[in-house]
Amino acid sequence: MIKGIVKKGEYFDSVSLMIVGKDIAQMDYVQDATVVMATQENKSILKTADLYLNEFEKYDDTDLLIVIKSDHQDKFDEIFENVDKFLSEIRNKKDDQGSFTPKSLDGAIKIQPDSNLSLISIAGRYAGNEAMKALKKGLNVMLFSDNVPLETEIELKKYALAHDLIMMGPDCGTAIINGVPLAFSNVVNRGNIGIIAASGTGLQEVSSIISEEGFGISQAIGTGGRDIKEKIGGMMFIASLEALKDDDETKVIVLVSKPPHPTVLKKINFKLKKISKPVVSIFLGADRSLIEESGAIAAETLEEAALLACAISDNLETYKVAEFLEERRASYGSIVDKEVEKISSGRKYIRGLFSGGTLCDEAQIILEKDIENIFSNRSGDKKFALADSWLSKEHTLVDLGEDEFTVGRLHPMMDFDLRKKRILQEAQDKETAIILFDLVLGYGANIDPISEILPIIKEAQIIAPDISFICSVTGTEQDPQNKNKVIEILEKNDILVMPSNTAAAEIVSLIIKKINI
Amino acid sequence: MSFKKLFDRKIEVVNIGLDSFRDDLEKQGEKVVNVEWTPPANIDDDVLQILQKNKTIIKKANEKALEIILNGKPYLVGLDIARNVIPGMKDNLLLHSGPPITWDRVSGPMKGAMIGAIIYEGKARNFDEAEKVAAAGEFEFSPCHEHETVGPMAGVVSASMPVFILKNEEYGNYAYCTLNEGLGKVLRYGAYDNETIERLKWIENELYPTLKNAVEFLGKIDLKNIIAQALHMGDEVHNRNRAGTSLFYRAIAPAIVQTCDKQNVVAKVLNFINGNDHFFLNLSMPVGKVTLDAARNIKNSSIVVAMTRNGTDFGLQLAGTGNSWFVGKALVPDALYFPGFTKDDANPDIGDSSITETVGLGGFAIAASPAIVQFVGGTANDAVNYTLAMYEITFGENNMYQIPYLNFRGTPTGIDVTKVVEKGLTPFIDTGVAHKDPGIGQVGAGVLSAPMDPFIKAAIGLAEQLRK
Repeated sequence: MIKGIVKKGEYFDSVSLMIVGKDIAQMDYVQDATVVMATQENKSILKTADLYLNEFEKYDDTDLLIVIKSDHQDKFDEIFENVDKFLSEIRNKKDDQGSFTPKSLDGAIKIQPDSNLSLISIAGRYAGNEAMKALKKGLNVMLFSDNVPLETEIELKKYALAHDLIMMGPDCGTAIINGVPLAFSNVVNRGNIGIIAASGTGLQEVSSIISEEGFGISQAIGTGGRDIKEKIGGMMFIASLEALKDDDETKVIVLVSKPPHPTVLKKINFKLKKISKPVVSIFLGADRSLIEESGAIAAETLEEAALLACAISDNLETYKVAEFLEERRASYGSIVDKEVEKISSGRKYIRGLFSGGTLCDEAQIILEKDIENIFSNRSGDKKFALADSWLSKEHTLVDLGEDEFTVGRLHPMMDFDLRKKRILQEAQDKETAIILFDLVLGYGANIDPISEILPIIKEAQIIAPDISFICSVTGTEQDPQNKNKVIEILEKNDILVMPSNTAAAEIVSLIIKKINI
Repeated sequence: MSFKKLFDRKIEVVNIGLDSFRDDLEKQGEKVVNVEWTPPANIDDDVLQILQKNKTIIKKANEKALEIILNGKPYLVGLDIARNVIPGMKDNLLLHSGPPITWDRVSGPMKGAMIGAIIYEGKARNFDEAEKVAAAGEFEFSPCHEHETVGPMAGVVSASMPVFILKNEEYGNYAYCTLNEGLGKVLRYGAYDNETIERLKWIENELYPTLKNAVEFLGKIDLKNIIAQALHMGDEVHNRNRAGTSLFYRAIAPAIVQTCDKQNVVAKVLNFINGNDHFFLNLSMPVGKVTLDAARNIKNSSIVVAMTRNGTDFGLQLAGTGNSWFVGKALVPDALYFPGFTKDDANPDIGDSSITETVGLGGFAIAASPAIVQFVGGTANDAVNYTLAMYEITFGENNMYQIPYLNFRGTPTGIDVTKVVEKGLTPFIDTGVAHKDPGIGQVGAGVLSAPMDPFIKAAIGLAEQLRK
């Protein structure tokens, strides 16, 4: 049956009424519905649609007609109530849409004409093109995307350098420019220590330690890992050195990288000789003499590099850093004993599960000083490359940020799922003595790492109460996750938290040595 | 080497990619603008490279084309019967909207309108007869656009139909368009019944001579001026022509009264215009046509001078590639439907009316038209955003057509096909929707983004020309 009501003098525009009509037609029990103003034209439409009622005759243009067709006589009241609701909704429709989002770099620059940096994280095959557009518009670029061809990187960096622009990346995850952490970076104090890094997590670790020590960062420039390879020739690394040399805010410069290609190292050293500011270099695994030849101060660990920079910033003698680190190592005895006691005999191996590639490398370098046969998915030595990254073998360190793990998945700093599975897997292995892991905080990283990882560790502790859990936290108190709070919770749950990735690796080394005597 | 410029100033970031990076910067109170990035059109690198290499040449050509578009002075200068004025018009020719099409591929509403026109011309008495006439090839078909003409929806023009004559006084070229029939069962939506044909006859016998005399009496009517005012009054002159119609009515009514001595005809004519909110559409469209046609044949310009649909295909022409059509499949608009109709009833996009978007009106000016924003998703802000997005693919901004809400900024004008393919963003069109079957008429109104395919083909066409 058909029922109609008239709302006299209630005007709605036809589009609003079409929307309401659509909503009504979708309601239960409604077979057909029309909401129109009572114009002659609409009335004739209603007639042809068999929705016309004789009582409509006396109404005209400013009156609203509502007609419902339904087989459920008892539902009409409910339906008309809803119609009223729809009508009042459309009348009060609020303008709650967001503001305009430009569709291109051009559009963005029109909105924000003083833009001076473009942060690009689209798929690698398009990223180079967008980065070049940004450079041509006079913007500095931080290119987060990876899978950008090498030739494109060369082209981008050449263009940037010819125009006094920074071209960070491709594959640059971390940078702190003018005190602002970009992409995967930590909230640090501002200060007079400048960092140039071809390694994202290395930069995070060094800048966080500096800040936690009460010192600060002037600029932290990421170059992308390939910058120090032969083909790129350290273009951005060297240009950044020049820039920090001239930067009045920067008193000390820290270089963080894997060992550069020899030809690149030569160029860097050549440049360093012309820089009078103190420079601390941590080229993980490189021979000290290669660095010291240039007059730079060589550090062997990320932590040492950070502390050396702090000491110089504070006008302290650098030997104090070595003294401090030596004393700390000497003080580990009781902690080591406690962990060793926990670990049952028969458990022999370290299983390191990292989200930071450079942190994984550093741990391996430290452990290899005292322990043989460490397998890894980052190992340059084929003999110790894991045959299957998903399965640990004897002493194993894996970087879960490597390609084999991240295809179709977020980076392990954001998505903990793989690491959670792996922790349980290692806990079930009767030979696992220590599970070592990093937690990287800061912008970009998972905002609540504790609620991700803690329940799994508790589960693992039930499976294997005789395993030692050791971790280090890369980050600062000012980070959105708050380093202190994170550490407090971890410690409460019987996890040994070391003050740095270096310290964590060192203590692991001592424990492993002791249990394997 | 120095990055001093960057180190000395607060950073202002353009974020292209992960939204979370923007959110993080916002949380820190830093200035950041997000780009809603889409991959560029799927197009060969060498095509893009040729376009890139010839950027300066294209830009120069586009500057010239835009200048001509902005300088256009479209006037209504008279009315006449199609066969007397439209170039190439003859008794066995039917003009239609969109790019060229053959009888076997015409959509329902186009077919209905052609049938109606054949009946109107007295070459058949009913659908079946007319269909035979058409199928037998007794009529030739040709796009309006190739005859200095535009037509809404099916856009069918036959020899006996009266048309408006527009002149671009700056460049001396002309454009033609039929008179708008109103709503309901009308030829342009594919209706061909007695009511439709009778109305067309009335238009020919009463409306046309009356308007012709009135326009003759006035000499000419400045349509650019009317459109500029209409935009300030809530029209975008494609889907809303209420203000334009009112302004035209104000201009023409006194002249009708003065030049027509039959009171009943005066009343009928004035009531007809007054009762049809879309009367002005058939003037805003040829304004677009006469303005853009002047910018044709500017070698290597990547600006679109015609963008149109025939209910089957979507086609466009560039200022810089002569008479070539670049054609792809027409899409079905996203629409609000009249009571009793659904998307299943809708025909793919049809009509020359997207000439309004091409000249910087219609969907490109929708921010000026809050009254119809619900077609575009509900809020005035959405409409503003649609207009703002179109600035990304146009070569310039209009000097006469303005958006009050955007501080009277000129509407985005001069669609640049190189920007369309580079940004992966196609023009936004607001439009009426025809029923897919002949004879039924309009079933709704809505919006759509033009298909990318014809723009890719146009970019390739331009690149090939540049390669030579």
